[in-house]
Amino acid sequence: MEQADGRGAMLRFIAHRLLATIPVVGVVALFVFLLLHLSPGDPATVIAGDYASPADVQRIRATLGLDDPLPIQFGNWVGRLLQGDLGISIFSNLPVSRLIGQRLEPTLLLALVTITLSVAVAVPLGVLAAWKSGTWIDRAVMIFAVVGFSVPVFVLGYILIFVFSLEFKWLPVQGYRSPADGLWPFLRHIILPAITLSAIYIALIARITRASVLEVLEEDYVRTARAKGQSEGKVLMFHALRNAAVPIVTVIGIGVALLIGGVVVTESVYNIPGLGRLVVDAILKRDYPIIQGLIMMFSMVYILVNLVIDILYTMLDPRIRY
Amino acid sequence: MTRPSIRRVVRLLGAVAVALPLTLAIGHKAMAQSVLRVIPHADLKNIDPIWTTAYITRNHAYLVMDTLFAMDANLQPQPQMVDTWTVSDDKKTWTFVLRDGLKWHDGAPVTSQDCIASLKRWGARDGMGQQLMSVVDGFEAPDAKTIVMKLKEPYGLVLESIGKISSNVPFMMPKRLADTDPFKQIPEVIGSGPFKFSAKDWVPGSKVVYVKNEDYVPRKEPPSAAAGGKIAKVDRVEWHYIPDPSTAMNALINGEVDYYETPPPDLVPVLRAAPGVVVEILDPLGSQGMLRMNHLHPPFDNQKIRQAVLKTIDQEEYMRAAIGNPEFYRTCLSYYACGSPLETLAGTELTSDPSIEAAKKMLTEAGYDGTPVVILQMTDIPITNAASLVTAQRLRNAGFKVELQAMDWATVTSRRAVKEPPAKGGWNIFHTWWIGGDISNPVVHTGIGAGGDKAWFGWPKDDKLEQLRRDFARATDPAKQKELADAVQTRAIEIVTHGNFGTWFNPVAYRDNVSGLIKSPVQFFWNVEVKR
Repeated sequence: MEQADGRGAMLRFIAHRLLATIPVVGVVALFVFLLLHLSPGDPATVIAGDYASPADVQRIRATLGLDDPLPIQFGNWVGRLLQGDLGISIFSNLPVSRLIGQRLEPTLLLALVTITLSVAVAVPLGVLAAWKSGTWIDRAVMIFAVVGFSVPVFVLGYILIFVFSLEFKWLPVQGYRSPADGLWPFLRHIILPAITLSAIYIALIARITRASVLEVLEEDYVRTARAKGQSEGKVLMFHALRNAAVPIVTVIGIGVALLIGGVVVTESVYNIPGLGRLVVDAILKRDYPIIQGLIMMFSMVYILVNLVIDILYTMLDPRIRY
Repeated sequence: MTRPSIRRVVRLLGAVAVALPLTLAIGHKAMAQSVLRVIPHADLKNIDPIWTTAYITRNHAYLVMDTLFAMDANLQPQPQMVDTWTVSDDKKTWTFVLRDGLKWHDGAPVTSQDCIASLKRWGARDGMGQQLMSVVDGFEAPDAKTIVMKLKEPYGLVLESIGKISSNVPFMMPKRLADTDPFKQIPEVIGSGPFKFSAKDWVPGSKVVYVKNEDYVPRKEPPSAAAGGKIAKVDRVEWHYIPDPSTAMNALINGEVDYYETPPPDLVPVLRAAPGVVVEILDPLGSQGMLRMNHLHPPFDNQKIRQAVLKTIDQEEYMRAAIGNPEFYRTCLSYYACGSPLETLAGTELTSDPSIEAAKKMLTEAGYDGTPVVILQMTDIPITNAASLVTAQRLRNAGFKVELQAMDWATVTSRRAVKEPPAKGGWNIFHTWWIGGDISNPVVHTGIGAGGDKAWFGWPKDDKLEQLRRDFARATDPAKQKELADAVQTRAIEIVTHGNFGTWFNPVAYRDNVSGLIKSPVQFFWNVEVKR
C-alpha cells in the first residue's frame, strides 16, 4: 500500500509539473515573440537583398504577413503552435519542423557522446580527488579543471584538429556522419567534437563531484561503513558517491540541456549541422518562425530535463518525496 | 581435417566467392561516381533566383537553370538557349528561336510560353528587367520554339538585359513555376540546366547536392564565362557550407573538400604553402566598394559637402585596411567595373587626388555646421567593417563630427531603408560593395540611379543623370553608348551618387586534381573535372 501511495504521489507530482509548464511556455512564447519583433532588423530587407527597392521590400513584408498588427501575428502563430505546427521558414520555405528534424540527430548524438564521455571521466576523477584530498592527485585534478574551464572551446578545437587531423591524419577535420552510414565513420567524426565539448563539462562535473563527495566523506555513516570493514572502493562508490549524487545529477542535467541548444561554437569549428548553428543562423537573418520554434523547443527541453532530474532525486535519495 | 570442417570451409569460400564480386561491383559503382565538393561563399537559404538577389541563390540557379542569352568573357551577350534570332529593320521586333532538344528536369520540353512567362516574372523584379519591360509592347509565341518580343521603341540593351550575368539573372523555368507571384517563392526547383537540384538532400545551412542532368544538350562552343558549352564533367556537385574559415581551410588542405570559393586573404599564405592546394584569382572584374551617402538629410543634402567626402577617399588606405595584401586589390577610379568595356576615367578629377587638407577647405567653403554624421558600421562583414572605420577616421581628420553605430548586416539592411533623419532612426553613411558584373553599365549599375524616391538607398535625385541613363539604354550605336556612359559617370561623380573605395579580387583555392575552372565574375561548376 505504501508503494502504491508512493507511485500515486509521483504520478500526481509529474502531472502537476506538466500542468505547470503551460503558463511557463505561454510566458516564453510571448517573451520571445515580442523580443524578436521589437528588435532591430527586418527579414523582408534581408530577403529582398541589396538591389531591391523600398516598394519591393514592402511587398515582401505584406506577402509574409509581417505587416499585420503584432497581436494578429502572435495569435496566428500561437494558433498554429497549439496544433503542433511550428510554421514555415521565411527564407527556405521549408517547414520549421523539418529543419529541426534534420538537425536533431547530430545535436542529440553529440550531446549523448559528450555527456557519456564527461561523466565517465569526471565522476571517477572527482571521487579520486575527494578521496585523495590535499594530495598532488587532488591538485592535479583541480588544475585540469581550471584549464578545462579556461581554455575557449574553439582554441581547444583548433589544437585537436591540428594534431589529430592535419599532423597525424587519424581523424577528419570536420563534418558529421550518421550512424546509419556506419558506426566507424560516425565515431571518427564525433570523437574530436565530443572531446572538445567535454573538457568544460569534465571540469565542472569533476569539481562538483569532488565537493559533494568531500562533504559526504565527513558523515557518520561513512565512518561506520569503514569501521564495519568495508573496502575503501565500496565506501566511495556505494556510500559516498550514492549520497553525493544529487548535486552531481543536477549539473549533468543542466549540461544535457545546454548541449542541446548552446554549442554553436563547436558546431561551427567542426562543421556539425546541429541546432546551435540553426538558431544562430536564423537570428542573423531574422527568420522568425525558426527562432520562435527553436526557443519553444529549447524551453520544453529545459522543463523536461528539470522534471527528469527531480524524479531522479527521489530515486537517489529516498528522503526526497514530493 | 574432419568432414564438417571441410564443409564449413567450402561454404565459407563459396560465400566469399559470391560476396566479393558484388562488393567490388558496388565499390566500383561508388568509385565511378565523380563528385566535386565545394565550400560555397554563403549558405543557400532559398532557391528562387527571382525572389531574392542573393549571390548564392544566383550561383545555385546557374547550376540548375539556363538562360536565353549569357555573357561571355568579354561581357558580350551570346546565345545560350536561343539558336537563332533576328531584329526587324525598325529595331522594334525581336524574334528568338530556341535550340532543339531543350527539356525541363521533369522531362517536359522547353517551350516559348515557358520562356515568356519567365521573362515577365524576371522583369517584374529586376531593375534592368523593369527598364526593358517599360519599352516592351508585348510578347507572342507563334510556335513552341519561337519567342517574339515587340518593343514600343528601339532599345539598345535587349540582349545585355536578357543575358545579364548577375542578380537577378533572367533564368528560365516552366510556365507553371514562372506564373508564381514574383514576390513569393517558387515551390520547387525545376530548370533545364546541366545539373538537377536534389531537394531530398538539401540541409539548409549545411549541404546542397546537385546531380548531373543526363538529358542536357550543351552548346558546341567552348565555355566562356556564363556562355558557351556547359558540359557537366562530374556526376555530382556537393556544396558543404563551412562557416568557420579555419575549418574550411583545413578541410581543403586535408583533402576533405575540393574547392573553396572565398578563402579570406589572410589565410592565403597558409593555403599556398599546403601541398596539393592551388590559389588563384578567377574573377577578372573583382568587387568594387561603395560609400553611400543619404541625400535626404543634412549634412549630405549639400552637394558641396558630399564632394568634400569624395575628396577624403584614398583607395589605397581603404584597401590596405580591408584587404591587406596588394596582390588582391587595385585602385581604380572608374564607377564601372575596372576591366569592363565601359571602364573610364571621365569625371574623376575630383577623386583622383585624395587630400584631407583639400577636403577640410571644401568643407569650410560648403558651410558645414558640425551636424554629426551617423555611419552604420556593419561589424559582421570584415570588409565593410574596416571601411567604416577608415571612413570615420578620415572624415574626423577632415573636420566632420562622426558617430559610428555598430550593428550586424541584417540590421543595416533594415536601417538603411529608413528615410527619417538620423536622430530619428535614419542614417548618413553606410558601406557595401558590388561585383563587377553588377556595375558594368549605367543601367545595370543600381548605385548610379538618381530617381529620388525610386532610387536606391540614399535616394539621390538628378533629372539630368536619369535622362542620360535613359538615353544610354536607348542608344543602339556602341560608340554613342560609350560617350553616354562617360557622361553618366561624370554626372554621377559631380552630384556624388556614391564614393568608390577600391576594387578587390577574391582568390579561390582548390586541390590540384581539380581542373577546368572558368574565369568569370561568377563561379560556375560545369566544365570542372576532379581526378581521383
